[in-house]
Amino acid sequence: MKIRVLLVDDEEEFVQTLSERLALRDYDVTASTSGDDALEKIKHYNYDVVILDVAMPGIDGIDALREIKKIKPLTEVIMLTGHGTVETAINGMKLGAFDFLMKPCNTEDLDSKIKKAQARKAEHEERIRAAKVSDIISSPRSVFEDD
Amino acid sequence: MRDHLDTIAQTGLQFFGKMTASISHEIKNVLAIINENAGLLEDITLMADRGKPIESQRLKTLSQAVMKQIRRADTIVKNMNRFAHSADESIGSVDLNDILELVVVLADRLASMRGLQLETKLQKTPLKIRTSPFLLMNFIWLCLDFAMGAAADNKIIELETDKTETGAQIRFKRLEGLAKAPLDKFPAERERKLLNLLAAELVVDTENNEFFVRLAADIDKD
Repeated sequence: MKIRVLLVDDEEEFVQTLSERLALRDYDVTASTSGDDALEKIKHYNYDVVILDVAMPGIDGIDALREIKKIKPLTEVIMLTGHGTVETAINGMKLGAFDFLMKPCNTEDLDSKIKKAQARKAEHEERIRAAKVSDIISSPRSVFEDD
Repeated sequence: MRDHLDTIAQTGLQFFGKMTASISHEIKNVLAIINENAGLLEDITLMADRGKPIESQRLKTLSQAVMKQIRRADTIVKNMNRFAHSADESIGSVDLNDILELVVVLADRLASMRGLQLETKLQKTPLKIRTSPFLLMNFIWLCLDFAMGAAADNKIIELETDKTETGAQIRFKRLEGLAKAPLDKFPAERERKLLNLLAAELVVDTENNEFFVRLAADIDKD
């Protein structure tokens, strides 16, 4: 299965071109040009990795990151930043972002970080699945209980 | 006097830093787009090496996208250059329309980050005044920054230039939240010092959701 990536940046031409390049690398890419639109998409679809611009009009990258982690805690987020906002990106990592990249970014770095982020998400999902299985084995009635 | 100059130097440096940081961020965005277009071109070339034919229209579109960003960067750098040269003369003759237009262009991205749009209505004839160009730009920015906080739900701030009997003025209009804005903190000490140096006057009209900056025709003859 392809890795599902949501790319969020208010620069439309950047989003379009990078989406095309990631699609050529066999990613399933969705583009978004605002934080609000991205959050709507995240509510309705399960992305593996979100690539998020830090400085955007309206809801900014850090607020969007907080919301993403509330809606889909396992979805990994890679922050994208210009040089003026590295501190914001580091703060983002404290809030649970997987990593950050500086613009203009090296595609091989981005490719590698997306794969690592997806691997971490898959590992977390596997741990949760294993814990649930273990719970069901030790207490079969738990399957009828609410989460 | 020393304290006065220190405040102006500090405010001026903060203004210069804020504008150049915003400009460099915009240039980074342009470079990022050029970088992705160049990368896509490389991807297409690699695919061609593996036997996939290159469509000439695709190459044309990519080269047009790069040229568009180069034109964008050229405009950004020209404005940056105009801004840098605004500090060449401590006092000189300027067209208020040009000065306001430049501040608006420089502040456009910062306004957009706050979800706001800046609209100008400039006098068709030049509004020549003798003033300190850099300090005036600094003061207009401080007014804009305050106006952005006073825009409330209205997403457009209108800036209008007019001729007056004693010089020229800028109106900051459509500030729906002006009455509730912290008017006890604006103008603060730094704005008052700039007003004094620019021989300018600030008039707030909360009933009409606007404020004016009235400037003397000649900073030395006020």
